[in-house]
Amino acid sequence: MRRQVPLIITFCVGIFLIAYVFSPPLTDFGENFSVYFDIIAVFAFFLGGGNLIRIHTNNLRRRKKDWWYSVVTLGAFTLMLAAGLFKIGNPGGIGASLTTSGSWFQTIFETLMSPLNSTMYALLAFFIASASYRAFRARNREATILLVAAFIILLGRTPIGYFLTAWIPDSWSILRVPDLSVWIMSFPNLAGQRAIMIGVSLGVVSMSLRLILGIERTYLGGDKG
Amino acid sequence: MDGVIMHHVALWTAAFLTLGIISFLYRDNAWYKFCEAVFIGISAGYWFVSYFWDNLYGKLWLGIFPTDPTQPPDYILLIGGALGVMMLLRLIPKIGWLSRWPLAFIVGATAGLNLIIYFASNVMVQVEDTIRPLFGANYAASAYDIVGNIVVAVGTFTALIYFFFSKEHKGAFGGAAKVGIFVLMVTFGASFGYTVMSRISLLLGRIDFLMGDWLGVIK
Repeated sequence: MRRQVPLIITFCVGIFLIAYVFSPPLTDFGENFSVYFDIIAVFAFFLGGGNLIRIHTNNLRRRKKDWWYSVVTLGAFTLMLAAGLFKIGNPGGIGASLTTSGSWFQTIFETLMSPLNSTMYALLAFFIASASYRAFRARNREATILLVAAFIILLGRTPIGYFLTAWIPDSWSILRVPDLSVWIMSFPNLAGQRAIMIGVSLGVVSMSLRLILGIERTYLGGDKG
Repeated sequence: MDGVIMHHVALWTAAFLTLGIISFLYRDNAWYKFCEAVFIGISAGYWFVSYFWDNLYGKLWLGIFPTDPTQPPDYILLIGGALGVMMLLRLIPKIGWLSRWPLAFIVGATAGLNLIIYFASNVMVQVEDTIRPLFGANYAASAYDIVGNIVVAVGTFTALIYFFFSKEHKGAFGGAAKVGIFVLMVTFGASFGYTVMSRISLLLGRIDFLMGDWLGVIK
């Protein structure tokens, strides 16, 4: 019962969503399913938020190492929740859009979240540079090809790439770094991406079939019942 | 006056957080950890609130209790609400197994949708786009396009051969797989170059903010 019912649900929903593509009268049901999907996601977020609170409250209660960062996390989480759920400082009141300019929610987003988010990703530039130093040593033919392709793409998107090869006559313009980088992106890169895409998709199709047919059951967890 | 003060507070806060994250380049430190803790809390809160208003209120609540009196209530959405509530039963160990039902729904829906979408758009369309006349319609393609078409057709085919592990990569098959590896290496190199460029442009954005908006060194 505990495992059979979920397997039946997976089978029925999966088959239904395949059938709905082939039968237009089922379109409304299919759309409802996608709304259910979004609604369930909210509750999954409730669980996630609850988990965050539980873990950091535990850190705090047990005075674990660096516990005061948990205070900061909980404080930031609570601040954002209060600002967003009660729409504090929103000029249009509770009925207005969440992202109204001047609301606390939008201000916190612009002042705290947006700079933090982009700086976190920008930080990766340095780690990529150090990773590329290790990866880009041309130890064999394959690594050399990777190195050359990456180098051409990098140079091709910068002014220096243009200035370095601007002297090449128009009849050989393909050899100019910016043009070469466009060619690499348009043809060999496309071929590789396509092969990866086809391979991944065939994997997704087979995994989906395994799930729908109940062959793959790991998502149900380990216990019997 | 208040607006100017608020603008400066926001500017200095953003600069403080930006520098805090960048300070990680020196080493892991209290300033970075503080900024990281703020980021985790704010991000979790942001997505929580966004999902709440967009989906729970916007789709479920307004679907069942529409503000427009001419619009009939959509009670079928209650099924989604019930499945969502069942997700929370995970917190009650005795009946926690019921939370598998919404999970099974999500898994089934994802599998059913992906099976068709991936097969139609990523397999069929990509194969169709690969198998094209190499010399263009009416042999009108330029040399540039002809070479490109050949590279795409041969590259895709050989890279797929490389992913085929049911036959040992030996002889002509192994040779084709080798060509496939080269094509894949060019792809990885190009993707890598692109990723580096995007990260550097983000970094330039932050430097522009620090030097321009905050310090006013760049006008």
